[in-house]
Amino acid sequence: MCLGVPGRILEIDDMTATVDFWGVRRQIRLDIVDVPCRIGDYILNHAGFAIRRIPDETIGDTLSLYEELLGSPEDDLMGADVRGELEAARRNGDA
Amino acid sequence: MPDRLGEAREVKFRDPELAGELGRTLVSLVDDIDRAPITLMHVCGSHEQAIAKYGLRATFPKALDVIMGPGCPVCVTDAPEVDEGVWLARQGINVATFGDMLRVPGTRHSLADAQSEGGKVHVVYSAAQVVSMARKDPSQEYVFYATGFETTAVATAAVLLSDPPPNFSVLSAHKYVPPAMEVVAQNPASRVEGFLAAGHAATITGYGLFEPMAEKYGIPIVVAGFEPLDILAGLVELVRLVRDKSPRVFNAYPRCVSREGNQPALRMMWQVFQTSSGVWRGIADIPDGNLRMRPEFECFDARKKFSIDASVYASEADLALVKDCICGGIMSGLASPPDCTLFRNRCDPQHPVGACMVSSEGTCKIWYEYGGRPDLSEAGRT
Repeated sequence: MCLGVPGRILEIDDMTATVDFWGVRRQIRLDIVDVPCRIGDYILNHAGFAIRRIPDETIGDTLSLYEELLGSPEDDLMGADVRGELEAARRNGDA
Repeated sequence: MPDRLGEAREVKFRDPELAGELGRTLVSLVDDIDRAPITLMHVCGSHEQAIAKYGLRATFPKALDVIMGPGCPVCVTDAPEVDEGVWLARQGINVATFGDMLRVPGTRHSLADAQSEGGKVHVVYSAAQVVSMARKDPSQEYVFYATGFETTAVATAAVLLSDPPPNFSVLSAHKYVPPAMEVVAQNPASRVEGFLAAGHAATITGYGLFEPMAEKYGIPIVVAGFEPLDILAGLVELVRLVRDKSPRVFNAYPRCVSREGNQPALRMMWQVFQTSSGVWRGIADIPDGNLRMRPEFECFDARKKFSIDASVYASEADLALVKDCICGGIMSGLASPPDCTLFRNRCDPQHPVGACMVSSEGTCKIWYEYGGRPDLSEAGRT
């Protein structure tokens, strides 16, 4: 999905970051993102890759939008997509 | 999630003042044009989800028709491409793909069918994950069934450029959106007067990519983000360009998108992939619309590695329902889901006939869940 999911970088090992998505941790590749990322930065994950670093000034707005989506009813498509991404991460561990 | 900067800031999409202002500007621009319909196309499932979820169509002036084009990569994956994955799974090869792909119908069978027959079909969230699976299980072959537009193709390319193991390969069903937009732009039956391009794909490709297209077809293109106000702001700019008969590109998502895009990512994508012509399900043969692996990556190209021959399935097609399916017309912007006799009758998310009802990014599924074009003619009447 084009929307992607935001998460916060906890650790960086070369081109792989450990990223926290609302309590779910997963390995995200940093090969594509065109701005250097540091621990504590927020990134937008698309299919296991950070596609951009979320600018500090828009982090609050971005997270609020996703929290609204995560709290939406079970049959809501956008909410289900975001929850599905997190569920896939949980199921697959740190593969 | 732990500490967040900018805590408790009001969400932009709830800013009623800004929404009201954008809405009024949209009405005034549409009034200036003074004809109907003004048809604009977006090419992104997430745009459609946001438009439908937040009820944006109800706020559009009546003369403005915003439709979804071929913006769902899973939906445009053609049946013979699905057959290739099914063929691999039936050979006992591990096939890993994104969850949305599982139930997309092939000529006769889906990957979910192959899985229920005992085929080793895995749902993954990333190509990188399939590489890990292949490394842990070196005696087995693992194929990543790769779908998605440019943004996802870059991720597949990055994995292929990171020295994957020899038992890993890719079956590319990746699609490249700009040629499909060109096919819509030059279709004489199309009423599309402007495109709203997807913000995150443009993060990678840059908005400069659209400039030759805008000039060649005399059609304005606006790059927009995904929050409701981003979409509204993008549409305001697009209608303004239509009114001014100004076929140029406008970047309404500058906080994410630059003119040149992400050059290192694009270099990776073109190092691994080249365009080739191919059918997008139900739409047409799209020149340069498919991304296929370059010969240098042949050893990781599942089509070459396994000499896939899925032509056997072509004779098994059950055309009875499929012939009534108008997914192609919907994705080309020529029809809407309610125009289809199957929609909500014999085709629903539990029993999808066409791919647009399978994926959460498919127009039919989105309209099924959220409703589509609202009829407010009775609203407020007593």
